[in-house]
Amino acid sequence: MPETRTITLRINGREEEGRFPAHRTLLEALRHLGHMEVKCGCEKGDCGACAVLLDGMAVDSCLTLAWMAAGKEITTVSGLGDLDAPHPLQKAFADGGAAQCGYCIPGIIIAAKAIIDEHPEPSEDDIRLGLSGNLCRCTGYTKIFEAIADAADDMRAEGGAP
Amino acid sequence: MYAPFELDIPTTLDGALAALANGGGETVLPIAGGTNLIVDIRAKRERPDRMVGLGEVDELLGMEFGPERISIGGRTTVSDLLRSPEIAHEAPSLIEAARLFGGLMVRNTGTVAGNIASGSPAADLVPPLLTLDAELTLASASATRTLALDDYYLGYKQDARRPDELITRISWPRLPENSANTFYKLARRKGDAITVTGVAVTLSVADGTCSRARIALASVAPVVRRVKEAEAVLEGQALTPALIDEAAEAAASTCTPIDDIRASAGYRRHTVEALTRRLVTQAWDRLA
Repeated sequence: MPETRTITLRINGREEEGRFPAHRTLLEALRHLGHMEVKCGCEKGDCGACAVLLDGMAVDSCLTLAWMAAGKEITTVSGLGDLDAPHPLQKAFADGGAAQCGYCIPGIIIAAKAIIDEHPEPSEDDIRLGLSGNLCRCTGYTKIFEAIADAADDMRAEGGAP
Repeated sequence: MYAPFELDIPTTLDGALAALANGGGETVLPIAGGTNLIVDIRAKRERPDRMVGLGEVDELLGMEFGPERISIGGRTTVSDLLRSPEIAHEAPSLIEAARLFGGLMVRNTGTVAGNIASGSPAADLVPPLLTLDAELTLASASATRTLALDDYYLGYKQDARRPDELITRISWPRLPENSANTFYKLARRKGDAITVTGVAVTLSVADGTCSRARIALASVAPVVRRVKEAEAVLEGQALTPALIDEAAEAAASTCTPIDDIRASAGYRRHTVEALTRRLVTQAWDRLA
């Protein structure tokens, strides 16, 4: 049997331990640890439903080996905010009706966070290019683009939200 | 994931090369971004016994902009290219290819060396690099060698890299004065799409003639390749529409596309001709 190893994953600011074999993906490890907000879609790097931030950079957790994420800062959509204290992106998506079934939204909000971190005043091209790895099968994306632009406006108005 | 494997995570290049050399009959594969490899393992197209994770090997990072050559580490990601103003200045074709490459998350982790080594006939970074006369540094525990990218592909998904070697660096000479370097990706969508036809063109002009022409095509042959037959039509000439037509026809007649889910062979051949004509004409008009 392949070796398993106990690794420490730093998820949304908290250290969590898990014992995994080398071929376990970060997506599988996160869901095993109860982080069901990270969704499994295509498992091929096409849909972006599994996106998380790894040291601030958006990655597909389905293509990342869990062992390789040990020691890095992992942020899921739940790490950005919750119902009591939503992140401006989460608030903009809710206010703008940008989610229909909602399955893709955790990954889209993670990608959107990465877009705004790099482009605090994103153009439509920045948003479209940044979301090219996220598929939504419900919407025409229009409300998603609008919500991201609105959130970026809000974050600049607040002088740089987290 | 389904097929188990062992994983080494070395922190130095020597450690990585040693891990690749110590296969002892096992299938050992290096993994950087994993954006192709993990998918291939899941689909059972690759069945490694052991993987060597390169994520901690910082010697594979870094870009150098020397007076004569540009050199980038094998682990340079597609997003690293996009964030580099020097690359945007020196190799605009690479930026165009990088912009339309996969999705954001794939660009953030997929590497230049990985795109080359995966050997896909649709690899988007390869046509630009071929037209820049890129050279690869291949290192193993016992030796280091350089190889022209033009000599790297041997056949469909077959390359000159031995299993114990890594592509550690990719380098190319700075373009001469008065050069154009462009890439066009034709695909069903503008993001997260596999290329239907990819054309890269690098043209240099001196004394009113085309001093150097490079044309490389993706997704229209078993490997990404230059079309030297078309380049030869242009080099040494003051370009005219008739000459450019002749080069575009040479590109179309020497490529060997197939019908697949994305496009027919006939459509691909037609677009190779149209895009070669367009890119060469635009480059010549800008430079001459």
